[in-house]
Amino acid sequence: MNNLALKELLYKIADDQLILGHRNSEWTGFGPLLEEDIAFSSMAQDKIGQSQALYTLLHQLGEQQPDTLAFMRNANQFHNCILVELPNGEYDFSLIRHFLFDTAEAMRFELLSSSSYQPLAELARKVRSELRYHTLHANIWMKQLGSATEESIQRLQRSLEFALPYALGMFEKSPYESDLIAQGIFEGEEALAVRWKKKVEDILQQTSLHLPEWKILTPVLGGRVGDHSEHLQPLLDEMSEVFKIDPQAEW
Amino acid sequence: MQTPSVNDIYTWLEAVKDPEIPVLSLVDLGVITDVSVVNGAVKITMTPTFVGCPALEFMKNEVIEVLKKHHIEQFNVEVNFKTPWTSDRISARGRAALKKYGLAPPPARQVFTDLEILEHAPCPRCNGTKTEIKNPFGPTLCRSIHYCHDCKEAFEQFKPL
Repeated sequence: MNNLALKELLYKIADDQLILGHRNSEWTGFGPLLEEDIAFSSMAQDKIGQSQALYTLLHQLGEQQPDTLAFMRNANQFHNCILVELPNGEYDFSLIRHFLFDTAEAMRFELLSSSSYQPLAELARKVRSELRYHTLHANIWMKQLGSATEESIQRLQRSLEFALPYALGMFEKSPYESDLIAQGIFEGEEALAVRWKKKVEDILQQTSLHLPEWKILTPVLGGRVGDHSEHLQPLLDEMSEVFKIDPQAEW
Repeated sequence: MQTPSVNDIYTWLEAVKDPEIPVLSLVDLGVITDVSVVNGAVKITMTPTFVGCPALEFMKNEVIEVLKKHHIEQFNVEVNFKTPWTSDRISARGRAALKKYGLAPPPARQVFTDLEILEHAPCPRCNGTKTEIKNPFGPTLCRSIHYCHDCKEAFEQFKPL
């Protein structure tokens, strides 16, 4: 088994979960209604917990301790897609991102549940059932607000068009893509993107939102190789502040 | 001291409760996935209800405390996902304890195909079925929030997973 390929895969998934988990947690206390405050906070807890489990797999493959991996790397050492590091903006953008990301993430873990790397397959079987609640939540709100008032439709439409090129960046290919596929570790970004587009089309068809043609969109790439937007480093600085002051702190 | 049997250990573990739901033991919750005793060394395998459950470390320490209290010197408590936790792992006794505590027990997994089943969770207080889901996320990762139109009270359900 190609360990470099496997590690690269684990890093990007773990980093996606950690960074979006942190962004979700920024809604704590600020949700547009109490239920949404609780929902985004719960999804934050799920995602950060899942990232910890993935960093633990990396640690078992010889990488640093999970906390060190989460708190001590600089932005250019993170492999998350740029979509997840973008600021929360208004609720409409957070909802669109939640829908586009979690639809892909649920499918990614579905594929990984039959990975030839057993520790990852075991974890994926667990995580995929948890993510059902995330996609259920996203789909309900997309369907409701995506066909509600003129303002809600307009806001979601604008955020959708802004987010889609970043969302396509989720499927930026790994240099080890063919190894991962050949060794049965992961079916690959292309296979995932095909399934994701179909699901996104299916949900959006049940709303008044308009999906632009895929072929006119240019994916925003770079995140997987550490080439991030200006928004990631400030997020990392805030997230790691306590750990850097006192690595032994318990809270 | 005498080597304990696997049954002895399960009996001891009955004393360790879920810190969020103090009526439910870890055994009835289904998070203990294996217990073995080999040459006097005790091995316990646990798995979290949700991967991000913050109570897991606490539960693991409680398990270790119980072993120490019974003078077990050689032990290993491991957490893994080999046998993943699902809500079907909650025992019949656990389900009854949940309901008595005021938390609706989770429906069996095979009937949980979409949100429909969460929509009308039976009220644990009055058994009413005129209920609605208010939020698939609740005060802890494993609970959702509902409202009963029969007894006009909010209640929580242990989520099917």
